[in-house]
Amino acid sequence: MTTPLTPPPRKDPQKRTVSPTQPPGMRSRASLGLSAAAAEGRFALQTCAECGKVQYPPRDACSGCLSTDMPWRDVSPSGTLLAETTIRTSVNLYFRERAPWRTGSVQLDAGPVILCHVHNDCDRNGRVQIWNRLDRSGQAVLLAVPEERTPVMEDDPQLRAMTSDPKHRRALITDARNPNAPALAAALKQAGASMIFVAEAESWRPYPGRKALEDIGGIELLQMDVTDTSSVQRMAGEYGGKTDILINNARFIRPGGALARGDVAFARDEMEVNYLGLLRLAQAFGPAMCGRAADGVNSAVAWVNILSAWSLSNNAEFGCFSASNAAAYSLSQNLRAEFRPSGLRVMNVFTGPTEDSWFQPVPPPKVTPQAIARSVIGGLRDGLEDVWCGDVAKDMRERFLQNPKILEREMTGGGQG
Amino acid sequence: MSRRQSYDGVVLVAPYSEPYQRYSIETAHWWIARALRGSLQSAGLKSGDLDGFSVASFTLFPDTAVGLTQHLGLCPRWLDHIPMGGASGVVALRRAARAVQAGDADIVACVAGDTNHIDSFRNMLSSFSRFAMDASYPYGYGGPNANFALLTDRYMQTYGATREDFGRICVAQRANALKNPGAVMKKPLSLDDYMAARPIADPIALFDCVMPCAGSEAFLVMTEDEAVKRNLPFARIAGAIERHNAFPDDPIQLRGGWVMDIDELYEQARTTPDTIDLLQTYDDYPVISMMQIEDLGFCAKGDAAAFVRAHDLTITGNFPHNTSGGQLSAGQAGAAGGFIGLVEAIRQVTGTAGPTQVADARRAMVSGFGMINYDRGVCSSAAIITSETA
Repeated sequence: MTTPLTPPPRKDPQKRTVSPTQPPGMRSRASLGLSAAAAEGRFALQTCAECGKVQYPPRDACSGCLSTDMPWRDVSPSGTLLAETTIRTSVNLYFRERAPWRTGSVQLDAGPVILCHVHNDCDRNGRVQIWNRLDRSGQAVLLAVPEERTPVMEDDPQLRAMTSDPKHRRALITDARNPNAPALAAALKQAGASMIFVAEAESWRPYPGRKALEDIGGIELLQMDVTDTSSVQRMAGEYGGKTDILINNARFIRPGGALARGDVAFARDEMEVNYLGLLRLAQAFGPAMCGRAADGVNSAVAWVNILSAWSLSNNAEFGCFSASNAAAYSLSQNLRAEFRPSGLRVMNVFTGPTEDSWFQPVPPPKVTPQAIARSVIGGLRDGLEDVWCGDVAKDMRERFLQNPKILEREMTGGGQG
Repeated sequence: MSRRQSYDGVVLVAPYSEPYQRYSIETAHWWIARALRGSLQSAGLKSGDLDGFSVASFTLFPDTAVGLTQHLGLCPRWLDHIPMGGASGVVALRRAARAVQAGDADIVACVAGDTNHIDSFRNMLSSFSRFAMDASYPYGYGGPNANFALLTDRYMQTYGATREDFGRICVAQRANALKNPGAVMKKPLSLDDYMAARPIADPIALFDCVMPCAGSEAFLVMTEDEAVKRNLPFARIAGAIERHNAFPDDPIQLRGGWVMDIDELYEQARTTPDTIDLLQTYDDYPVISMMQIEDLGFCAKGDAAAFVRAHDLTITGNFPHNTSGGQLSAGQAGAAGGFIGLVEAIRQVTGTAGPTQVADARRAMVSGFGMINYDRGVCSSAAIITSETA
């Protein structure tokens, strides 16, 4: 049975902070297909289009019929533990520091035999479920877990290392003024976050969510304006070393595409908040969070961006806003690369139109703050990189993967429909 | 009746082992040169007399056998590079013997050598194979120790073998190694020592693991007439097999490729298991030695533990096994681990093994295994070699 984690003690300022180390992160191109699936929390394997054989390890030709057509398909995660070991020593620093580490060999119902991490609650030779998760190198690894959830199984050190679980961690929400802030804060508290910081800009200007935030309790409001470099740096100096999860929900939005607007004024605000705000935050908070990515139970673990699904493909009615989110999306990919050596996870929660005043004239389905919060918490718990919140976002993802050019026509009225 | 031709007329001479070192600042090239020179000198030959050259090594990068020809000043008309790890010795023998038989070469040197720098083991692991990189090392980076721990766990569950059973193999090999001046391990090992050893990856503990080191091994392949002309003691090749990626649908490796071809090996050698005077198994871990004892026909599948309990595996016992101590006690010098058993077996059947000589050794079986590409050893090989008069 998993021993519940105890809330970590105050950090001893005389001790050197443990440097982040990583499991081996080199993978072949074919294997990156597994990482792409893990980014969304899916367990997919190559399945031969001609003979149906499921392949593992990932490869370039079918081991049954030599076909090179082996698309990735979701497969049954069930299997049987055949053998196991507890590794007590390794030449890799990451595992050396974390030994003993349980691994095993599982026969999947889908066919292949896999080597995998094994959750401590799994019974010897028992039936297991396989989770495809990202490890701290940012690559997919397979983890065997018991068929039924066990108490506090998320506290198992091997599993916790593959998640961005908010339990016992301190989170910073960058924009108190966003209508989703109270729901985010409440959900983090429910998920066991030990401290929730919420940043508000221009505190003199009232906003409806402030009372809701104060009523949650256990929230610390602080002054920060993501459009003001010195404000962001000042706050990072004070709170950067205490931020384990940063949730960037700052947003500036107005309707209209390029010609609908008369000037670049609103576009400048959209870029200032949605793109440059992200850049300022990354430059100020990023290094501190990366440095603390191996700092015990409440290590820095994730950077979350709430992005519009239109960052994938421009929506003509909100053309300039879409462009600013596309810029933020591209920058988030850069952050993922820059954070990779530390293991800090970048998670994007993509959402369609939300249930707030700026999307009032947009038809449903629309996403409530509670739905966003659920997506954030769920994604953090599973250590995901990409979360698609709501039907519109899921729909966009599917169309984008199928044919981005057709999606572009659909989003910009090119189908005239 | 298989179409396999005999190896009549081709023989093995000049077995040579360069004494192993735990760590070495020299290169694989240096170690290979040492063994090549040692073997040639013992046969009264110079490098200019060679017209065939076969190499196995893990630490030669960025070179292969090709780079070595220019590096060592060789001009062979037959050249081979064998990337098969522990199976390399017997495979090198097979390739070279056919070349000599067919007249493609007259005098072939088969050499295996590796250096061991402080970071050699870690570097070798990191670029061992694509499947290992993608699907094995991310899981604890335990290397072969972790992979074989899984096999050992399954073997113990399936056949009821105990750690004591594995320990008996290690203890016997250590006793043999104490008679081998070239062995890296010098202290006696008792079963209590074995059982109390530091765990590495459960159920594998310290004395289940070889010690990686630097070293090299070599032998020459030539016609019988050539050996007689030069007055060199020689070993005959009664038969040899190899098999790769056998039984891919076995969920976990409890048997190796030998099972597929062992009957043909005995048929080719016109003999049976009870005529074998000594057995050299590839002993990266004792569980694999047990598998070979079964798969090479000395007992039924799953019965190796009982077999080991019922036999004395020392040099003076009734089933001499890994007579120079094997890799578990002599050390594993990289790819030379695929040669150590064969080179020692040539010494045994030519009566030149000195302190490790098994009395009256006329027929030896040598088995190779290796290359944990993902979750199992992909390569396997085996040969029966005999004295001149067997």
